[in-house]
Amino acid sequence: MALKIVKGSIDRMFDKNLQDLVRGIRNHKEDEAKYISTCIDEIKQELKQDNIAVKANAVCKLTYLQMLGYDVSWAAFNIVEVMSSSKFTYKRIGYLAASQCFHESTDVIMLTTNQIRKDLSSPNQYDTGVALTGLSCFVTPDLARDLANDIMTLMSHTKPYIRKKAVLIMYKVFLKYPESLRPAFPRLKEKLEDPDPGVQSAAVNVICELARRNPKNYLSLAPLFFKLMTSSTNNWVLIKIIKLFGALTPLEPRLGKKLIEPLTNLIHSTSAMSLLYECVNTVIAVLISLSSGMPNHSASIQLCVQKLRILIEDSDQNLKYLGLLAMSKILKTHPKSVQSHKDLILQCLDDKDESIRLRALDLLYGMVSKKNLMEIVKKLMLHVDKAEGTTYRDELLTKIIDICSQSNYQYITNFEWYISILVELTRLEGTRHGHLIASQMLDVAIRVKAIRAFAVAQMATLLDNAHLLTGNTQRNGICEVLYAAAWICGEFSEHLENPMQTLEAMLRPKVATLPGHIQAVYVQNAAKLFATVLKGEEGNTDGTAAQEASQLMIDRLPLFVQSANLEVQERASCILQLVKYIQKLQQKDVEVAEEVNALFAGELNPVAPKAQKKVPVPEGLDLDAWINEPPSESESEDEQPKAIFAKEEPKHSRPRHTEVDEKELARRREARKQEQANNPFYIKASPSSQKVYQEAPGVEHIPVVQIDLNVPLKVPGLPMSDQYVKMEEERRQKERAEKKKKEKKKRKEKRSGRGKKHDSAPESEEDITPAHMVDIVTEEMPENALPSDDDERDPTDPHKALDIDLDKPLADSEKLPVRSHRAAESQKSPTDGETENATLQEPKKKSSKEKREKKKDKERDRKKSKEEKKKKKHKHEDKEEDLLGGQADEPVLQSEETSQVADPPTSSSTTAEVSDLDFWLSNAPVPSNTQEAATVAAAAPEPSVTAPDSEPDEPKDTEMEETKSSKHKKKKQKKEKEEKEKKKKKKHHHHHHHHSDGAGEESVQNGTVEEEEPLPPMSNYCLLAENSYIKMMMEDADEVYDIQGNLQDGSQVVVSVIFENKCNSFLKSMEFNVLDSLNSKLQRPEGSGPHDGLVVPFQLPPGVSNEARFVFTVQSIVMPQKLKGTLTFIVKNEDDSTHEKLDFKLHFTCTSYLITTPCYSDAFAKLLESGDLKSSSIRLEGVNMPFHHLLARICFHHHFSVVERIDSCASMYSRSIQGHHVCLLVKTSAQTVSIDAKCDEPTLLGNVLDEIKQTFSQC
Amino acid sequence: MIKAILIFNNHGKPRLSKFYEHYNEDTEQQIIRETFHLVSKRDENVCNFLEGGLLIGGLDYKLIYRHYATLYFVFCVDSSESELGILDLIQVFVETLDKCFENVCELDLIFHVDKVHHILAEMVMGGMVLETNMNEIITQVDAQNKMEKSETFIFQSTRQDR
Repeated sequence: MALKIVKGSIDRMFDKNLQDLVRGIRNHKEDEAKYISTCIDEIKQELKQDNIAVKANAVCKLTYLQMLGYDVSWAAFNIVEVMSSSKFTYKRIGYLAASQCFHESTDVIMLTTNQIRKDLSSPNQYDTGVALTGLSCFVTPDLARDLANDIMTLMSHTKPYIRKKAVLIMYKVFLKYPESLRPAFPRLKEKLEDPDPGVQSAAVNVICELARRNPKNYLSLAPLFFKLMTSSTNNWVLIKIIKLFGALTPLEPRLGKKLIEPLTNLIHSTSAMSLLYECVNTVIAVLISLSSGMPNHSASIQLCVQKLRILIEDSDQNLKYLGLLAMSKILKTHPKSVQSHKDLILQCLDDKDESIRLRALDLLYGMVSKKNLMEIVKKLMLHVDKAEGTTYRDELLTKIIDICSQSNYQYITNFEWYISILVELTRLEGTRHGHLIASQMLDVAIRVKAIRAFAVAQMATLLDNAHLLTGNTQRNGICEVLYAAAWICGEFSEHLENPMQTLEAMLRPKVATLPGHIQAVYVQNAAKLFATVLKGEEGNTDGTAAQEASQLMIDRLPLFVQSANLEVQERASCILQLVKYIQKLQQKDVEVAEEVNALFAGELNPVAPKAQKKVPVPEGLDLDAWINEPPSESESEDEQPKAIFAKEEPKHSRPRHTEVDEKELARRREARKQEQANNPFYIKASPSSQKVYQEAPGVEHIPVVQIDLNVPLKVPGLPMSDQYVKMEEERRQKERAEKKKKEKKKRKEKRSGRGKKHDSAPESEEDITPAHMVDIVTEEMPENALPSDDDERDPTDPHKALDIDLDKPLADSEKLPVRSHRAAESQKSPTDGETENATLQEPKKKSSKEKREKKKDKERDRKKSKEEKKKKKHKHEDKEEDLLGGQADEPVLQSEETSQVADPPTSSSTTAEVSDLDFWLSNAPVPSNTQEAATVAAAAPEPSVTAPDSEPDEPKDTEMEETKSSKHKKKKQKKEKEEKEKKKKKKHHHHHHHHSDGAGEESVQNGTVEEEEPLPPMSNYCLLAENSYIKMMMEDADEVYDIQGNLQDGSQVVVSVIFENKCNSFLKSMEFNVLDSLNSKLQRPEGSGPHDGLVVPFQLPPGVSNEARFVFTVQSIVMPQKLKGTLTFIVKNEDDSTHEKLDFKLHFTCTSYLITTPCYSDAFAKLLESGDLKSSSIRLEGVNMPFHHLLARICFHHHFSVVERIDSCASMYSRSIQGHHVCLLVKTSAQTVSIDAKCDEPTLLGNVLDEIKQTFSQC
Repeated sequence: MIKAILIFNNHGKPRLSKFYEHYNEDTEQQIIRETFHLVSKRDENVCNFLEGGLLIGGLDYKLIYRHYATLYFVFCVDSSESELGILDLIQVFVETLDKCFENVCELDLIFHVDKVHHILAEMVMGGMVLETNMNEIITQVDAQNKMEKSETFIFQSTRQDR
């Protein structure tokens, strides 16, 4: 064995490493392939050795060869071997190779599951990191299922490095194993507020990716993202969030309204172009979502357009490009704002950068109007001439056609001009878009009846000059145009001036070189032309012309009969025989023209591409019904579906077109009539469909044009569109001039488009009359066409599987699969343990986490997942001693929590969440709760930052110290309040878990609790006032808020009041006012008088409750106080509204000025020894409750914490907001409780003791 | 999401290819060639975005690239990424390479493509941006290199023992 290893090492010295391989390849430039194949042979030898170092080296080289395009999948197993090396160096090589060449169908992947799991749980963070990185590239559904739980655990790893990778990879896991999304989502959401910016950014990244595909499921996260957006300073995170909002706003316009302001602020304040750009983009998305209704955000649009103009004018091409890109989004909804920057955009058309030119082209599409279409297209035509690259030129060509044909040729006023443009475009060399031009020609000729004569003339010249198009082989794409030309000339041959000449042109021998399908059209339409010639000659007694035509056909057609193309051959021989027969008849002087023409009678109408699909099932036809009754089926069942179908049908009968104005309808009616008229099976009402058209009601005012055949067709085959531009100009001028003479009565007259149009002086969009009767025949749809089935999502889209409702509570069955032998330790305990460790080991993290949590507003708090709460509970176990007490009164908020905490959770949490979101959104016009609180805080006098001298210098453990020091940093009143809020939640939570116990200075362990009796639920909310409309609950004990509040400002008290709407009406304009006393004052916003009320920052729909907080300034805290107050509000019913008021009394007890402060026994002893404290004592008789309940009550209601407990004796401590120390020694024996108390302020002490006494006398 | 990251030189020779979606080797080479063809014919002073090629991407995808001396750095991304953000990311990537290799040049990338991969792995993971802070990236890369060094040292010493 040892020998082998030595041998391996020696061999290794002669092996090539990666650098040698690269060098070798560079030195063998002539025979690279040969050299590499010898190298691969060497590598194969190396892989056969046992030495892992040799193998790793070989795999490393293979990774390089893979990049050069060599398939290395044959070494997959060796890669797995290297991956499983215990050395990081080799492991990394292995994982890199795997990430480069493994994929879902690599079969050895299934061997890696356990290795990866081992690496994920490795104590070395880099082993875990490499495994996660590798896995992100080759995760399969199986791996995702097997490892989902392990990765989820890693999301709470102590190292941010691992956390961020674990969070990020979850997206891949979700994609491959969608079932994992719901169980993992709560934790993912929690990571949005991770203290590490990297982890936070990863979580935002993942949720944004998820939400982009299925935005509606993530709407409920909007408030949280909103908060992140306003608080985060990381541009990456901001960009992601802002992009996400862009995806959410179309679903919820109210969200958009809320976003406008902060986004506008960001636009003004940020210096980062990337952020600015995304803000503008999202504002645009918001404006688009709002555009359908509601207020005018013209200021925002102006801001966006103005910022974009700055981008476009920038010398940086990138900004220019993006500016144009964003501009095109505005264009869709606010074309006017963009059109004013036409100059800039036209300028961009001349840019040397093709990408920018293309973007500018996109913009042009939306900027055209009847007025400027010709001008813009003229400019584009110039570019077409100049353009060198075929791609750009083809792009220009398609754009020209797009621009002109958009919304049913809406902007074209002169179709002669358009046909000329199309003909000019046929001169493009080597374009791929011949068929596009051809289809436009066909479309226009068919749908614009008035243009047919002109079109036919142009097409005839094209056919005559076909050699110009086909002469060059390079021009093959363009010969498609001849297809259209031949068809138009044939179909509308009655408009031809000289059909014989065209017939001759179509039967030239050169035609045989055209593609088969074009030849076929030539042959068929030659026959139509032939028929026309016959018809034209019919009156003539001298039949030579007709006979010449027949002879021409008979002479030329045999060429096509020989064609290799089946269709050409078939048609040609058929027609040839026909013509021969006709010739015979002609020689006998028989009149044949009418019969020949009958062959091609009838008009063809355009049919919508989807028409076939849209044919509705006729009434009474049930496609699912049996044709032959199955023997056992009863008849009644058969009839039912029919009835349902018939009922539904009217709904489906809406036609596809959106703009169904009257004209449109009339046209369609007309089209249908024509179709019927031309239908041989339809009994015709009138022989002339044209006449019917003119008589149709409501369409007389459409000017019908007598085609001016004086239009000179200058150079054959090369019509100049420019002359039409000039003519159009003249026409418009003439119109304007004539308008002044004409009176309104003329309007209904039939008149020529070349003038006589009623007009208003300044030429505006609507005033330009089309030069032709723009009878754009709409595409035919079956009557009662079904609405178009929206394009369904691609069924193979992996994101479809992730369309999962995330608000629904988790079911037990949805837990992630855990390996069976691990089942004992459920997924939560290790994680929670870790989190707790993390809290202890990384105090910084915790403190910032708290800071973050404080920012959460109320709504968010309620929504917190059960899991998160649990975690928090663990985290704060050491604080539990202050969470005890007992009171039966259950406030709204608490009961709501109970339902969430209850296991399994009920759906009430979901509904709460939904209504919360609604509330958050509905709030938009009123400043939101948080914002209002912030205002109040801002108005409050700046708290003095000096730490009070009276702070006891107690020995603290690390946790304690960290908490304090971190809290010192917090200065914002708002934060304090929310911290309190958070704590309150925790309390409630604990009560319901019955885990709390105040009986000891150590944190309570779950185990010890179970021995003692569970505590009754407690609440600090008590009824403040109530009437038939509203109920006010005040949280009296929590009026005193948190430690840090007191450390910084000893004179402020926050009162939380829950307002609950008890009636069926809407309550609004609530104002809260208190009559200030000398000692206590309600803090009002700056500028308001001492008697003004505070507006409650929300409205209450029926049955809803919400909480508001009010700040009071208190000077002396030694005495309890009562303040009188009034709440005024408006009760709004459907038809009327009344003013109501409710009086209440706020009771500030002395204990409410106390705040729970943990204290340690030695510090406590020192304090007692100091001798500064006055003492006092009380005795409580007949207290019939277990000692720990008693302690819990004191802790909960009076904000004490237990310092030490020995049997039936306990010492307790608390501090006032102004820094007074209060120490209690509580002893109990047989229903008698004696409390000895010491305090540096005797009056305060007396009052506190009285209040304690009262608490116990109540029970 | 980032679909692919490619580095190639002025002649289209691949120096690094990282695909976050599976293609077979031939397609990968075609994509590299096509991308090179698209990118190389662009002037120096035109914008750094272009609509994706035919093989990779589709309507939602864009190529975002930067050209440094002899090398092109190309990212193929979809619309969830910010264009300017990705440009910054490329800059961070190059600066990180510069720090890690001390004045990076094409030769460094040629001979140490594995190291470039490791650095990239600290920035982008599975097609999503993992870290944008250069110092953080360098710290993690250095720590891993140190670990690798200590292992090779142990390995060599054990060999000497024998």
